[in-house]
Amino acid sequence: MIEHLVIGALLTFLVVIAIGIIVLRDLLAAVVLLGLYSLVAAGAFIVMDAVDVAFTEAAVGAGISTILFLGALSFTSHEQKPRGNDSIVAAVFVVITGALLIYGTLDMPHYGSAASPAQTHPELAVRFIERSAGEVGPPNLVTSVLGSYRGYDTLGETVVVFAAGIAVLSLLGLRRRGSPGNLPPEAPGSAPGLTPVPAPHDPAAETSGAIDPATGPRRYARQRHRVLQVVTKLIVPFVLLFALYVQFHGDYGPGGGFQAGVIFASAFILHGLIFGLQRTRQVMPPSVVRMLMAGGVLIYGGTGAVTMLLGGNLLDYDVLAHDPLHGQHWGLFAIELGVGVTVTGVMISLFYAFASRRSDDREPARDADGSTPTGATTGAGGTPRAGDASTPGA
Amino acid sequence: MSQLVGLYNYWVVIVLMMAGLYILIARYNLVKKMIGLGVFQTSIFYLYITMGKVDGGTAPILLEDAPDTVYSNPLPHVLILTAIVVGVATTAVALALTVRIHEAFGTIEEDEIKAIEAAEPEA
Repeated sequence: MIEHLVIGALLTFLVVIAIGIIVLRDLLAAVVLLGLYSLVAAGAFIVMDAVDVAFTEAAVGAGISTILFLGALSFTSHEQKPRGNDSIVAAVFVVITGALLIYGTLDMPHYGSAASPAQTHPELAVRFIERSAGEVGPPNLVTSVLGSYRGYDTLGETVVVFAAGIAVLSLLGLRRRGSPGNLPPEAPGSAPGLTPVPAPHDPAAETSGAIDPATGPRRYARQRHRVLQVVTKLIVPFVLLFALYVQFHGDYGPGGGFQAGVIFASAFILHGLIFGLQRTRQVMPPSVVRMLMAGGVLIYGGTGAVTMLLGGNLLDYDVLAHDPLHGQHWGLFAIELGVGVTVTGVMISLFYAFASRRSDDREPARDADGSTPTGATTGAGGTPRAGDASTPGA
Repeated sequence: MSQLVGLYNYWVVIVLMMAGLYILIARYNLVKKMIGLGVFQTSIFYLYITMGKVDGGTAPILLEDAPDTVYSNPLPHVLILTAIVVGVATTAVALALTVRIHEAFGTIEEDEIKAIEAAEPEA
């Protein structure tokens, strides 16, 4: 009964937040509310036993998705314009649709019912719960269903994530408009410590530390938030370590490639938000990120190819070792790794794509800070001076 | 009363879904539409997880020393877990398109974009 009350309270919060999102005209506030909405939903998922989902929703919905929305908002206006014309029609339409859907729920199995078709189908939940330990192995059923029973599906999802990453890169990441004239005169070498590179036309900021109200909000990543910088430096290694734990412990507890990839990427995104994009690009060059994106899909698809070459079906891990359970173990390890690597790469490159568009006019500063040679050696067609590290063959 | 307790989750899901749909229809701002889509999307996640829950069950991670444990259904968890990550990736594509639209038209209000397009039909 307590569980029902908790769920009821969380759901009511969700409705209140949704109403807030409808009413608010300030998009910034609406985005933050959307993050809160995801976090509350994640709490409700935990109460409903979906620990893996809650994990992902908290990391993705409340974390990365909020960052992406804020990134998009930094290019556009923060206010939506007032519109009231067709709101009545929309409201009537929505109320009628909702009423029909609620009518449709009246003969649904009740919440928590163990006799509902979803729970009793012999080849789905029943089989997963009763036979997964003997057929696949890992105690975490979500991992075994995700990786083995529904391995094709997960391969498809990984490819979709990869394709979405490519799409964002081609929409945002490949066009360059940097001109060498904007090169900051004293940027390279003048900021060896924690001090971020100052804005080119605002050299006073470096000595006074004052935040220019005109440029402050736009250059938040470059201002000196010393406490945040110290805290970030302390936190980032632990976030990375936790991501590795989530990746490799996913067989036994909540976690796996999707969550680990998102957490791993969030460490770099945090670093980028606090220290500025240029420094993060030195730590994790865009060329490496793109290799991660493709490499994960390669690992996943390659595992499928290996199982076929060994005489099994696509993604039939039984053939990977003499003992089928060992084979399953190896297969799950490989594909979870592939998922984690791809998700890491895509999430970081999404962040780079949105963040680098703002700082395009200062791109030439990278020539001196060492990230261009990395791009030049690995990029196929990029030239060291004019080409950007993230635009080989552009 | 039992209807209320048993179906409350579904009804709230529908209310949230309709809230998202209302934003999608009634708001012209493209970023706001994406936020509405996010609300809609999360309500669908909620619908699936609700269907996987079993009363008295626990998270679907097998316990070695308790053979009689009731587990919730792992299948909806798997479907939604991947859907969340795919969802954020596709949201990013939509936001990227929005940014490009803003660069091309100088606005992300749907009616203003339509007005600009109507003014220069050959553009």
